[in-house]
Amino acid sequence: MEALLHQVLAGLATGGIYASLALALVMIYQATHLVNFAQGEMAMFCTYIAWSLVNAGMPYWGAFFLTVLIAFALGVLIERLVIRPVQNAPVLGIVVVFIGLLVILYSIAGWIYSYTIKTFPSPFPAEPLFGIRYMSPHQVGAIGITFVVLLLLYAFFRFTPLGLAMRAAAQNPVSARLVGIRVGWMLALGWGLASAIGSIAGMMVAPIVYLDPGMMGGVLLYAFAAALLGGIENPWGAVAGGFIVGVAENVLGSFVIGNELKLAVALVLIVGVLLVKPSGIFGKVHVVRV
Amino acid sequence: MALLDVKGLHAAYGPTRVLHGIDFSLDPGSITTLLGANGAGKTTTLRALCSMVRTQGEVKFDGQRIDGRATEDVVRLGIAHVPDGRGTFANFTTEENLRLGAYTRKDRNAIPADLERIYGYFPRLKERREQQAGTLSGGEQQMLAVSRALMLRPRLLLLDEPSFGLAPLVVKELFGILRTINQREKVSMLLVEQNASMALELADRAYLIETGRVVLSGSASDIRGNDAVRRSYLGY
Repeated sequence: MEALLHQVLAGLATGGIYASLALALVMIYQATHLVNFAQGEMAMFCTYIAWSLVNAGMPYWGAFFLTVLIAFALGVLIERLVIRPVQNAPVLGIVVVFIGLLVILYSIAGWIYSYTIKTFPSPFPAEPLFGIRYMSPHQVGAIGITFVVLLLLYAFFRFTPLGLAMRAAAQNPVSARLVGIRVGWMLALGWGLASAIGSIAGMMVAPIVYLDPGMMGGVLLYAFAAALLGGIENPWGAVAGGFIVGVAENVLGSFVIGNELKLAVALVLIVGVLLVKPSGIFGKVHVVRV
Repeated sequence: MALLDVKGLHAAYGPTRVLHGIDFSLDPGSITTLLGANGAGKTTTLRALCSMVRTQGEVKFDGQRIDGRATEDVVRLGIAHVPDGRGTFANFTTEENLRLGAYTRKDRNAIPADLERIYGYFPRLKERREQQAGTLSGGEQQMLAVSRALMLRPRLLLLDEPSFGLAPLVVKELFGILRTINQREKVSMLLVEQNASMALELADRAYLIETGRVVLSGSASDIRGNDAVRRSYLGY
């Protein structure tokens, strides 16, 4: 029983990381109806930047916030320079651009930092946080960070004029222009935010999976399963999906199918959701008049 | 000087040309109406003013050329467009829709007072302020579309068939409020309508458009009084 509890709690910790990355996917999907396959590699690349900053002697939290800012700028830059010129291309063309971005970021990271695995520091102390014995301090901290990010995002989209404008631009671009919203910039801002959230997920997952250019491959797959499970158009669904996938992955991996087949959980979920309920648990079914 | 001065305006959707050199002008503080049958190019004219379609020709607003500027920049000059189909943000509440209308304004602390002023014109919207805009009735959505445009504090309001799909009594109420807003707040209006008799009652000047050209213009009362014109162009 104690082992199960341990696995569930560990699942919640990684689930929070999946939830963050799933949220980044949903943000871009809502605005453009495209899944950014390079989201994981963007996060990985930013985590390497954080690693460089820490190694250059910067205190952890300084490096953390600077990385989030750099990630934001990188996201905006990628949208402006890479995505914008192809925005009217057919969907498959854009998917190829995403995959190209993935390969380029992977290769640049490998070229600059080499493909050998590096350790990444955790900002949390070694002794148990808040007296929680069942989870490592890093897991507790990662869940805490996830909730802070969610809360900030919720407040931003719910209560600020800019957040409202970004939602409006995603929902109805034509009307958004008619009230003076610069829809193109809202998209770039969305990419920036998604990239920033992704970088936080990267920095939280790196102490667990270690830092290497391929570290986000599996994480992105889980995040994709999470976003689909919750409904790819629903941010809350994506978050719930993240935690569900995290727990399912850990519990099934430890007690049912073994650690080697864990990644299959994500694939089964993706195929299962698409077969049984393509709109996800919390997603809306679109009805089109013909 | 005219507030809006349009010369030789052409517009096209892809290869299909819709406007073939339209000329008209609008005096500050006035209500001008564009009349014409389905497909004459009335909606396209309004879209052309906001650069929502590809255009050629000259559009001057308050003496400045605005043709070729991005839609959001035209809006920021104080031209609010109430589009056909109303352009409601359906998943947002009534109040969020109104706040979006004021998005570009710098005087953020004047917005609560403006909300109250608009709820004064349209008390029904106040009752529905927390309701999802997509669930409002057609008349309420039209009122919301006009209100959202007014939240910009525009100098010029472009109205695309505000009477469309509304019950006659609701149209009467809406047009009454438009007149009040025009007189009280000095908002100039360019009104596109199929309902010619209502439009001519409200407007000061009228232009008749046929297949992308202006075929007749004059004061609204002259056109209303001209039986031949009424019968042959307006069909009432």
